Amino acid sequence: MSKHTIVALVQNRPGVLNRIASKWRQRGFNIESLTVGHSEVAGLSRMTFTVDGTTTDVDQVTKQMYKIIEVVKIADLTEHNIVYRELALVKVSATAQQRSAIIEIVDIFRAKILDVAADSVIIEVTGTEDKIDAIFELFRPYGIKELVRTGRVAMARGGGTPTSVDGSKVEQHRYRPAGEGKAKVGSLI
Amino acid sequence: MKMTGAQIVMECLAREGVEHIFGYPGGANLPLYDTLPQYPQVRHILVRHEQAAAHAADAYARVTGKAGVCFATSGPGATNLVTGIANAWMDSVPLVCITGAVATWLIGRDGFQEADITGITVPITKQNYLVLDVNDIAYTMREAFHIATTGRPGPVLVDIPRDIQQESAEFHWPEKIELLNYRPVTKGHPSQIKKAAQLIDEAERPLILAGHGVVISHAYDELRELAERAHIPVICTLLGLGGFPGSHELFMGMPGMHGMYWNNIAIGEADLIMGIGMRFDDRVTGRLKDFAPHAKIIHIDVDPAEIGKNVKTAVPIVGDVKHVLQAMNPLVQPARHDAWYQRIMQLRQEHPSITIPKVDKVLPQYVIKKVYEMSPPDTYYVTGVGQHQMWAAQFYWGDNPAGFVTSGGLGTMGFEVPAAMGVQFAKPKHTVWSFCGDGGFQMNVQELATIVEHELPIKFAIINNGHLGMVRQWQHLYYADNLQSVRLFQPDYVKLAEAYGMAGMRVTDKLEVESAIEKALRHPGPVLIDFEVEQHEDTFPAMPPGAALSETVDLPRFDAEPEFEHEKVRSR
Repeated sequence: MSKHTIVALVQNRPGVLNRIASKWRQRGFNIESLTVGHSEVAGLSRMTFTVDGTTTDVDQVTKQMYKIIEVVKIADLTEHNIVYRELALVKVSATAQQRSAIIEIVDIFRAKILDVAADSVIIEVTGTEDKIDAIFELFRPYGIKELVRTGRVAMARGGGTPTSVDGSKVEQHRYRPAGEGKAKVGSLI
Repeated sequence: MKMTGAQIVMECLAREGVEHIFGYPGGANLPLYDTLPQYPQVRHILVRHEQAAAHAADAYARVTGKAGVCFATSGPGATNLVTGIANAWMDSVPLVCITGAVATWLIGRDGFQEADITGITVPITKQNYLVLDVNDIAYTMREAFHIATTGRPGPVLVDIPRDIQQESAEFHWPEKIELLNYRPVTKGHPSQIKKAAQLIDEAERPLILAGHGVVISHAYDELRELAERAHIPVICTLLGLGGFPGSHELFMGMPGMHGMYWNNIAIGEADLIMGIGMRFDDRVTGRLKDFAPHAKIIHIDVDPAEIGKNVKTAVPIVGDVKHVLQAMNPLVQPARHDAWYQRIMQLRQEHPSITIPKVDKVLPQYVIKKVYEMSPPDTYYVTGVGQHQMWAAQFYWGDNPAGFVTSGGLGTMGFEVPAAMGVQFAKPKHTVWSFCGDGGFQMNVQELATIVEHELPIKFAIINNGHLGMVRQWQHLYYADNLQSVRLFQPDYVKLAEAYGMAGMRVTDKLEVESAIEKALRHPGPVLIDFEVEQHEDTFPAMPPGAALSETVDLPRFDAEPEFEHEKVRSR
């Protein structure tokens, strides 16, 4: 069992997330984190998953996912030399007296204070999961009101782009000639 | 040209060459039905239950190689298709299901007869669509057929709201479909093919396990050429039956849970296994860690996700079986494996597995064997699921490719009646036998009405043992004979047949078996024979659940004379 970081380039259509989640669920995986957002190519989104599993099991689901028509590229980056980050927002209880101590922690971790209220502050932290865990532990004694984490986003180091496509080719494969029809096709999420 | 959404659907079906649709109308697909008279070349068959529409289209696709098409309305109509779609999914059958959906403004509001059928069928379709714009219909239909029939075939569902069927749009027929990701590999990788050919040359005890992929890609000649060239015995999986001629001396029958004992032992002794268009299902492999311990495995499959899913492969080849074998055969050195062949023949002598004892009782396997003996060689056989299915498979040593139609992966009881209907529509001039369990028959018995209405001359053989036979066998063997909920109350099947307007016969005596089959074969219309067979006959060989192939229990020895002096059914 090890942690796998899987990156997929998918067509941005309704139902895609459902299809992908369904493949993991069917095979008994629990997705630890999942992030989705636009990619460098219009109409395509890039997803990053992290899951725990044996390489054989994860490999099998990855292959199954590649069979989803809307999945354009998919790669398990675990073995690659990757950079990865996660972003977290933490709302920490803080009286006026406690603020300076909190600011000190924020500076050490190169975090940012986004909002200050009479009895709390909102802090943004970016980094590896370990770093976020660490800062979370330091804030805990003050009282954490809320924590939200984006989950991991990852990219292969160097020039390699295991989940990129030639954007001009995507244009040729557009679902239908531009201007025809307005609504989306696919299953509703 | 401007057309309504419903017309576009029908125009697409006509252009795809669809001749039969199996379907059932309802509120949400009425515009489609309204358009039917404009397309007389596309014949709609009204079934009596949507599940039957899916199974009929499924079986139709299996014997024609074309996509089967079915219609259903929204809500319950669509959900009734689900078992049939799952069946086609598990057995890689091309199916295009067109369902009506509630009007767009009602979607997501729990309106009358609304079901999220695209959501429901995500795990059991290759792709599905909810079409929300009339301009998308033509492209979607084209894409649906393309995806259903290429690569590893499978079901595709197109859900079209009622108002979209009624709206109008300019009709554009896309000549070519190109999808960004979906481009199934057909040709295998040359270096992999070379490696495989080398392994075959080095092998001393090779075996071919041929599956449904051989039938789907029509690789009959190529498989035969390979087997003959390198002198390799061929074992066909349940769905692979018919992929290799049953009369061929290299044909060894079926492997696995109820397969030939000799095959299960031979797999354990082989030093090379070629899985061709099959997926190493648990019913074939038994306990995985003990599967083929001495063999290197070559796996040819069109679906890359099948490679390494269940067994570790020495040489994987992703590609269409026909293309791969065409490229591989010339690279394989002609060889003889006489010692190995003799070894398997010796196992066959010692463990006849499918011998039938000569007794006075009506044994189910005797009935099935007699049907095979007496029917023309180009007959199509359809089965349900359970004991009779396994006997039908064990004794199927026919040469008709795709002549054996059965629900393998999903194991759907009730498949036998509608599937026979689909086969007979596809093959109107051929004899079609449907081997039915008395359990499964009652699951889709309503289709007798459709069959009589269309005068389909299907021969139904109910292998009536008064029980859910396979469940009874498992309770008997593995649950200390604690028989629970397996005894079936039986209607009078002869009267039932007559009530539907077809001929019915009952056979309770062994001496009547032949004459009943003969009468059925001569009868020009549909006919049902209720064979009241021995109730406590078990299907052997049998591999206990969770056991290894080597732990298969062979047919227990019996004192009686064997019934048949058949080359495949040897006396001991």
